[in-house]
Amino acid sequence: MIARTSLSAALLLSLMVASTDQARAGPPADPLGSPMWTAHARTLFGDDPVRFDRRVKVDFPPIAEDQRVFPVSIDARAVPGVARMILFADLNPIPVAIDYRPERAAAYLATRIKLDQRTPVRGAVQLADGQWLVSGGWIDATGGGCSAPPASRVKGDWAQHLGEIRGEAWPLAGGGNRLRLSFRHPMDTGLVANIPTYHLETLAVKDAAGATLASMEIWASVAEDPAFTILPLAAPGDTLTVEARDTNGRDYRAEVAVAKQSPMPPR
Amino acid sequence: MILSRRTLIAGVAALPVAALAAPDYAILPVPLADGVWMIRGADGPIEPANGGAIANIAIIATPAGTVLIDCGPSVRYARALKAVAEKLTGMPVIRVYLTHLHPDHGLGAAAFDPAIVSALPGTIDALRAAGQGYADAMYRILNDWMRGTDVVLPGKPITTDAELFGGRSLKLLALSGHSGADLAILDERSGLLIGGDLVFHDPAPSTPTADLPRWRASLDRLRTLPHGGLVPGHGPFDAGGTASIAQTRDWLNWLDGALTQAVAEGLDMVEAGELPIPDHFATMTAARYELQRSVSHLYPVIEARLLPRIDMPD
Repeated sequence: MIARTSLSAALLLSLMVASTDQARAGPPADPLGSPMWTAHARTLFGDDPVRFDRRVKVDFPPIAEDQRVFPVSIDARAVPGVARMILFADLNPIPVAIDYRPERAAAYLATRIKLDQRTPVRGAVQLADGQWLVSGGWIDATGGGCSAPPASRVKGDWAQHLGEIRGEAWPLAGGGNRLRLSFRHPMDTGLVANIPTYHLETLAVKDAAGATLASMEIWASVAEDPAFTILPLAAPGDTLTVEARDTNGRDYRAEVAVAKQSPMPPR
Repeated sequence: MILSRRTLIAGVAALPVAALAAPDYAILPVPLADGVWMIRGADGPIEPANGGAIANIAIIATPAGTVLIDCGPSVRYARALKAVAEKLTGMPVIRVYLTHLHPDHGLGAAAFDPAIVSALPGTIDALRAAGQGYADAMYRILNDWMRGTDVVLPGKPITTDAELFGGRSLKLLALSGHSGADLAILDERSGLLIGGDLVFHDPAPSTPTADLPRWRASLDRLRTLPHGGLVPGHGPFDAGGTASIAQTRDWLNWLDGALTQAVAEGLDMVEAGELPIPDHFATMTAARYELQRSVSHLYPVIEARLLPRIDMPD
């Protein structure tokens, strides 16, 4: 399910200019041997050059203890000039979880996703020149991460907590800060009977002057009560504004000041 | 009506193709005291190589009959256990206690008449709610080992603090913390304490249904209860009866502190699962594995407690 304009436009563009070697040859062979690699690569990357690159570190636990809340991070700080980062799981019914643009932020993203079955989990980062670097690995998982009802739907209290946002920002050594955000949201996939699709779909972090530091598009394969860790450039004492919107058009707004404390040691 | 996995497996099993030899559980009771034996669970996670038989089981011979404390992950295990235990004691099994709801300890209860299977009311309620999910997960991992196993609720809720079997008294302690209802049993004749999964010994404690403050309170209760040796839920027999309690408490204290600090310092779940594990836990098995599981179980709750609200009014 890739229905966003940016992705559709990329696909359209790829059809119009499908004349490069790669377009004829298709994307490079997948080291993970995924049955969906070629299809996803065509949709997501179109004609842009693609290669597998271990400098894009996709990190996750070796076991999926909870297939509804599976932590993943993509760290591409070793690669200069990252413009865009896509987190996706090939065999999820909703493959893309996050399409992230670290405009004025380090190339790092951590979140939690749903897993519907054993699948490759990948990070793809796009450089300014258009090329994509991809990395990832397989994770085994029991079925149903996307098709089980969210805990707050079962409990029935999701609406009471909708809109609650928690977060904190810590300064980092060498500039920038680590911003952690968590929203209360059911993140309904539309794959559970009688519960239509309902999820956060955009999020942006801005500085006090209103300039966008980082922005992302979000799909329902992100776990319920979505959590994000990103590294926007802001100094201790700066106030960051968080703006988000969900698929019902509800707006979310939060403010968090970067803590005035000694920087965290590098990780 | 959709064919259940069990129906399918049973159907496949009935096909007249070359029958695969069913793997057998090795059930080897080790005597601990007069009329008490322990069957040591395999070290490691639930996996096909061990058939899910990772939990320790206790057999107690009483003048009234044989008592089992936990009965393993599957009907196949529990039937074999019953045969071994009855041969050992020369008496039929008259009581099966389930220490808590987890499937490695009690899903085999389906092999017994529910009227003799006893558990805390909280355990029975939890099995009613979550038992089928556990069973599905066990079938997925263990396949044929689980054949014929279904969730059968214990028929005898525990409402007293002791049960007498022809003169041999078992003290029943209703505790909690590893799960919502954890049963520990003291054999008053031998002084042996069967801790269930409140007590781990060398395998790192697992926390899928844990409440850490309650768990610590339960460990305090066990520590101060006069007893001899201790049968932990997982890991070797603790002859002194105190080291395993101290080790479990030490791990839970470290885990709670480390994850709380990780949230306070802004780590994400992936990073928290990769925290260094202190050297003094080097003797513990599966420490990294259980830490990563615990991050999954506990981290979002700690985040909700520690991260401040930052949403602005509409």
